[in-house]
Amino acid sequence: MPEIIEKTLSYAESVNAALSRALEERPETLLFGEDVAIPGGVFGVTKGLRRKFGERVFDTPISESAILGGAVGSAMFGRRPIVEIMWADFALVAFDQIVNQAANVRYVSRGALAAPLTVRTQQGNAPGACAQHSQSLEALFAHIPGIRVCMPTTNQDAYDLLLSAIWSDDPTIVIENRTLYHGAKQPVRIGGPVQAVGGVGLRRSGSDLTVVTWGAMQHRVLAAAERAAAEGIDAEVIDARWIRPLDLDSILASVQRTGRLLVVHEAHTTGGVGAEVVSRVVESGVQLTSPPVRIGALETRIPAAVQLAARVLPGDEDILGAIRRVAHDVPAGRVEAMPAGAR
Amino acid sequence: MSQDTLLASLEVMHRIRETEETISRLRLSEDIVGSVHLCNGQEAIYTGAVRALDLGRDAVFPTYRGHGWAIACGVPPEAVLAELLGRASGISGGRGGSAYFTAPGYGMYGENSIVGAGAPIACGAALAGRFDGSGRVALASFGEGAMNQGAVHEAMNFAAAMTLPVIFLVENNTYSELTPTRDVVRNDQFFRRASAYGMAGVRFDGNDPDAVRDAVADAVERCRNGAGPVLLEAMTQRIVGHYIGDVQHYRPAGELDAAIAAEPIARAERMARAAGVGDTELAALRQRVVDEVDRAAQAALSAPLADPATVEEHVYA
Repeated sequence: MPEIIEKTLSYAESVNAALSRALEERPETLLFGEDVAIPGGVFGVTKGLRRKFGERVFDTPISESAILGGAVGSAMFGRRPIVEIMWADFALVAFDQIVNQAANVRYVSRGALAAPLTVRTQQGNAPGACAQHSQSLEALFAHIPGIRVCMPTTNQDAYDLLLSAIWSDDPTIVIENRTLYHGAKQPVRIGGPVQAVGGVGLRRSGSDLTVVTWGAMQHRVLAAAERAAAEGIDAEVIDARWIRPLDLDSILASVQRTGRLLVVHEAHTTGGVGAEVVSRVVESGVQLTSPPVRIGALETRIPAAVQLAARVLPGDEDILGAIRRVAHDVPAGRVEAMPAGAR
Repeated sequence: MSQDTLLASLEVMHRIRETEETISRLRLSEDIVGSVHLCNGQEAIYTGAVRALDLGRDAVFPTYRGHGWAIACGVPPEAVLAELLGRASGISGGRGGSAYFTAPGYGMYGENSIVGAGAPIACGAALAGRFDGSGRVALASFGEGAMNQGAVHEAMNFAAAMTLPVIFLVENNTYSELTPTRDVVRNDQFFRRASAYGMAGVRFDGNDPDAVRDAVADAVERCRNGAGPVLLEAMTQRIVGHYIGDVQHYRPAGELDAAIAAEPIARAERMARAAGVGDTELAALRQRVVDEVDRAAQAALSAPLADPATVEEHVYA
């Protein structure tokens, strides 16, 4: 295990550092996907790894089924493949290999075989992105027993969670976000023990309500929480960075204290992971002072024009409005009567 | 071909056929439930191919019509029957059933009930071999209907581009499930597609275990020599429905009779007789296998059912 050193890295550089460490320490790792090797990735995330690790890092045809099937097959035979699916939307053309193949390897063979593969992908809207490059699909992956799913958002998590995924003996989907790749550099601890999968990140301590969120959306949530604080609402913000396994205990411990729950995600609300979080909390019997609320994308397709997409995705005002609503126990029926900004 | 080899192939084909016939009876009696796809008529493919492989290191990826592959790879009929009967002693403990069991200990890395899905996985097995020094050859077998699946196209290009040691073995029984394949393609000579991928492509008689063995042996040699993947097209006919219960109303008059006349077991017996093997010996060989599979069925039927308390095991590491 390399000793811990601190480096100032961007999100993309943090991912690169994790991949580099995995390729260095685990000779059974392979890294492949579209444009990942010689071009260094369309987002520059895998830059330099081909030069450093040679043939274990290679470019593939634009063939998601072959990439994911190649990962399943090589994982069954002792390799530890890390593959990139450039956009989560593109995983859908090869969903079979994740849902019908990878998820079943261990189960049907009763542990004689395993599929310790990692799929790195990225998702979400960015200005101008079309409906096929904008979706947040974590619920589709997280619905599948046998698959693990995480969504790192901080630069430190970009490093830590990817390593946890690679070290895990289960097929794991790591969902990144391209709007984070080349953002601010932050100090990142490199090296040290690889963490087990699971667990949440506490992004803001608070006592009035619990806001559960994940992915890049949490930056908006944190900004809204600060504005709410100026109004006297003290929100606790939890980053549920492992979607499966979901760390329900940590969420419940927080809700137990605050008695109020808001879930905010970029994905569509219907059938989203927010529905799962709310259900689990309600089922637990924890006493809630106000009805739980979840907000996500409107039930429409995601349009390309910036002003249209902004209407569809949860915005700063939507989140602040939801925080107020939960904190002040505004009945849902009264929301329409509130000023637009408070909705 | 030596008489010993012929009789050895005949024995394996009988074992497959008798297991399938037993499964058919157990399905009709509803001891086995669910959808079952038998391979009667296609036994020579599995029998011949396995003779050309080294299952200590090579890996076979069949389809949902995979009972015959399993038996040819050496899985005991009892373990196959028990699997279909939902017994704890089934080869996959009842997790896979008829269409999706796996037998990695025998070099048989899983049936697949998604048409064509095994082809990219076989590429992965071959890819692993590039790094583990095993010299593994991966054989993906599927019907000609799978030749129209995107995943198979992707796998063929991937294997060819990367010079992976993969054998794509097409079991061409001329039907894509219930539809004549010639009705859904412009050109039903699938081996000709190989050249488009930069592969060698060969079509041969899939009802002759020796022809299959020779073709697969050549392909294995190419693969082991680093020449890249090969597309093999074994011509055959299934002499049963696509699934148990398929009455095959879609087959033209006379086709099934012709297929039965050309099926590999009757054909191998004719060849054995021509080589001087007596009827008594042939009947004894078959009877030995019938008795063996009968005992296997009795054992499977009396084995304990898989335990529902175990259903959540092996989901995660």
